[in-house]
Amino acid sequence: MKDRFNLYRFASPATFYPFAGTLIPYFVAVSVVFGLAGLWLGMLVAPTDFQQGEGYRIIFIHVPASWMSMFIYLVMAGWAAIGLAFNTRLSGMMAQALAPTGALMAFLSLLTGALWGKPMWGAWWVWDARLTSELILLFLYIGYMALTAAIDDPRRADKAGGLLLLVGVVNIPIIYFSVKWWNTLHQGSSVNLAKSSMATTMLWGMLLMAMCFWMYSIAVALMRVRTIMLERERHTDWVKAELLGKAGEEK
Amino acid sequence: MLKIITAVIGRDLKLAMRRQADIVSALFFFVIVVSLFPLGVGPEPDLLRKLAPGVLWVAALLATMLSLPRLFADDHRDGTLEQLALAPHPLGLVVTGKVIAHWLVSGLPLALIAPVLGIQFDLSADALLVLTFAILIGTPALSGIGAIGAALTLGLRGGGVLLSLLVLPLYIPVLIFGAGAVDATVTGLGGEGHLSLLAALTFASLGFAPWASAAALKIALE
Amino acid sequence: MIHWNSFSDFIAMGGYGFYVWGSFGATVLIMAIEPIAVARNRKSTIARLKRQLRAETRNTAE
Repeated sequence: MKDRFNLYRFASPATFYPFAGTLIPYFVAVSVVFGLAGLWLGMLVAPTDFQQGEGYRIIFIHVPASWMSMFIYLVMAGWAAIGLAFNTRLSGMMAQALAPTGALMAFLSLLTGALWGKPMWGAWWVWDARLTSELILLFLYIGYMALTAAIDDPRRADKAGGLLLLVGVVNIPIIYFSVKWWNTLHQGSSVNLAKSSMATTMLWGMLLMAMCFWMYSIAVALMRVRTIMLERERHTDWVKAELLGKAGEEK
Repeated sequence: MLKIITAVIGRDLKLAMRRQADIVSALFFFVIVVSLFPLGVGPEPDLLRKLAPGVLWVAALLATMLSLPRLFADDHRDGTLEQLALAPHPLGLVVTGKVIAHWLVSGLPLALIAPVLGIQFDLSADALLVLTFAILIGTPALSGIGAIGAALTLGLRGGGVLLSLLVLPLYIPVLIFGAGAVDATVTGLGGEGHLSLLAALTFASLGFAPWASAAALKIALE
Repeated sequence: MIHWNSFSDFIAMGGYGFYVWGSFGATVLIMAIEPIAVARNRKSTIARLKRQLRAETRNTAE
């Protein structure tokens, strides 16, 4: 019965589950609206970059994907801190639901970085400080997912994963500065993917795309957390009611 | 406080002495991996001198990983760990002792044998000295960070591979500054900056990692 | 207001077409596949849980 007590104390899955279900379509809709607006500004209106030609338009996905990959890791670490401090069930589920999306964002950031690097640097991969840090971030995501997948007991998986996230978050600045230092010692890349001198339309396009990615991430994470909730809470009454009541209904 | 730490170190060293073969195997792993590189890339001294810092450090990282899964596993199996967790003194101190003992049997031998391997790579006397010193002050950080991974993966299937997935990305700063110190000495820039940052990493991780590991152990023992 | 003179200019992206459209294509692909995979996983999880639940209730009834 201790489980039940913790369960209902903060955010109980029984109330969060339907709540998330109603929210998902709104996040999807908002994401599509932001995405269309961002694409319109970025791909149709924004002028050519004087240095990088039209190739710079990759930033409209590269930068949002990079931001999201870092932001999602921070959010996961935030959930982990809440989970370890207050022993809430929801936090571990949220962290696990966010991880694959964060890893995909890191992957997208690397992929678009490579596609940008080929015409600009003449190579698919350059050991640039940002790309290298992004790669290490992807490793951290993979480590987290591997650890939580290897632990059968969900409570232990949540806690061990949460601790790993906190250790990772402490290490990320150290890793970033060491990689940056290493990079300046060995070589400096002249062209940079996100420059500060940008036309306002470019900046707005990028921000709109970032909002689109953000809302998308929330929607997918909520979808994933609902499945995790059903799985984890399968012995509770509300899940049984959910399964029997809404027979076969699918969102 | 010091008493607890020294007692744990003494106990772990005594246990390690009963399994000297493990220490020697990890050491030979280091020697063999390092010796494979010239066979893979060719014997040109210029190239080897350039590669040496990175190769020696990566091999040191991997050799440290080998002994990590056993850091807590044996104590876990015979129930000692649970008793230590229930004891009145903080578990973090116990882990500090275990980390230091781990360094004494894994990191220290690596530092002692590294200059011999450095000669194979045609490193100068200066570079050999810096290499030894860098491995000496860098490996405690590896033992400390590794202890977190060892505690998180305690008792899991496929623990060893999982452990390396978790820990190797966190080793990157140590690798960068450790290899950077030797590299800077080879190119004549001087490795003092790198070495002081390496020492800072070691102090930070020895202060922080045992407590994180203790928390991870408590999660694993629940 | 629109930056492009013709549709073919838009597709060519000033010679960067492959890289720009490759990036956008990969993104669209991932953002389509991920939700589909999540939805599929959800469907199969629900089906499995239902099967388990039915098996349990049958056992207790007997």
